[in-house]
Amino acid sequence: MKITIASGKGGTGKTTLSTNLTSYLASQNRKVVLADLDVEEPNSAIFLKGKLKTEQVFNKMVPKWDSTDCTLCGKCAEVCNFNAIIDLPNEIRVYPALCHSCYACSELCPTNSLPMTPERIGEICEYDSDNFSLVEGRLDLGQEMAVPLIAGTIDFVDEKFDGYIKLLDAPPGTSCPVIEASRYSDFVFLITESTPFGLNDLRLAVETMRVLKQNFGVIINRYGIGDNGVEEYCQVENIPIVTKVHNDKEVAKLYSKGELIYPKIEHFKNSLDEIVEFIGGIK
Amino acid sequence: MKILFTAKGSEWSSPMDARFGRMEMMVIYDEESDTLEVLPNSETEAMEHGAGLQTAKKVLKHSPDIIITGNGAGGKALDILKTSNVKIFIGAGDMSIKEAYEAYKNGKLTEQL
Repeated sequence: MKITIASGKGGTGKTTLSTNLTSYLASQNRKVVLADLDVEEPNSAIFLKGKLKTEQVFNKMVPKWDSTDCTLCGKCAEVCNFNAIIDLPNEIRVYPALCHSCYACSELCPTNSLPMTPERIGEICEYDSDNFSLVEGRLDLGQEMAVPLIAGTIDFVDEKFDGYIKLLDAPPGTSCPVIEASRYSDFVFLITESTPFGLNDLRLAVETMRVLKQNFGVIINRYGIGDNGVEEYCQVENIPIVTKVHNDKEVAKLYSKGELIYPKIEHFKNSLDEIVEFIGGIK
Repeated sequence: MKILFTAKGSEWSSPMDARFGRMEMMVIYDEESDTLEVLPNSETEAMEHGAGLQTAKKVLKHSPDIIITGNGAGGKALDILKTSNVKIFIGAGDMSIKEAYEAYKNGKLTEQL
């Protein structure tokens, strides 16, 4: 079972929910692994204090110009959909940060002047504790392309954690990284807050999930602030509300200290129970 | 001298475009023949990434001696522009093309490259 925790709006509680749910499921002797796919700023490891077990370099494949037989025909730049190759009068320039590793330039080059070569873009770290595992994708500074590393982190988890409940903590937004983090899951939790901002971005996230034909439900966080917009929207759109997590300053205090919430706050634990029960009903 | 302006219109009175990569139009003034050439740059609108690179390549095809713009070219675009001898002057983002030309002539603009 693979479940993605996504949001749309940033700062609605993806990581708080992911880390607490992981620990809570583990405390009930469930086999659980959390993948932190917010590869531009992974921070789940702050809350789930595990021991670093493995650390491996992650490469993506990029073309490298070999001038030997190149005729500067410009086919490579013409077929690149991502502006990663510029053909100048006397040379070909490759911009690896823009490359999506589609191989088009390399395959279509008449003189084989753009062989694909590995380039480091980040690393995948695995942390272990007594009863859960955490796998974290971490993009190197200056790298722009999160998707290959997100895909690589999911592959890593799939290979090593067969039979586990896999929770995927997605990055915010609705663009390619979120889609990559959501498309292969059995279910997606969209966590939002009951404010006009939360609703605006929830709508965008819902549209994205519908394009992906993905099953999803909504978790309302900081319930009690804002207005009824999110609830009304979910009712009209027939979207299940999995739980409402009450707004509580004590939760924020624990979070700011890097502590887990559910061991200390009862209503938060009750919300996790509702989520666990909901997961039990996912086909 | 051929001078290229990053612009939002095609007349001397048109406003400059402060952006390089996503400039709306390239306006090229040839001082010798005293003519203005206007080239739209709208294709960069649809590009998510790499607009600066494409614009820089396009700019070089017209071999200007000087580029006058607002905020300046970004890192990747500069990388391409450096393959030529073109000079870039910045700080004209809020002017009209005419004002930008005069500011350049009076040495009021900063050199980026």
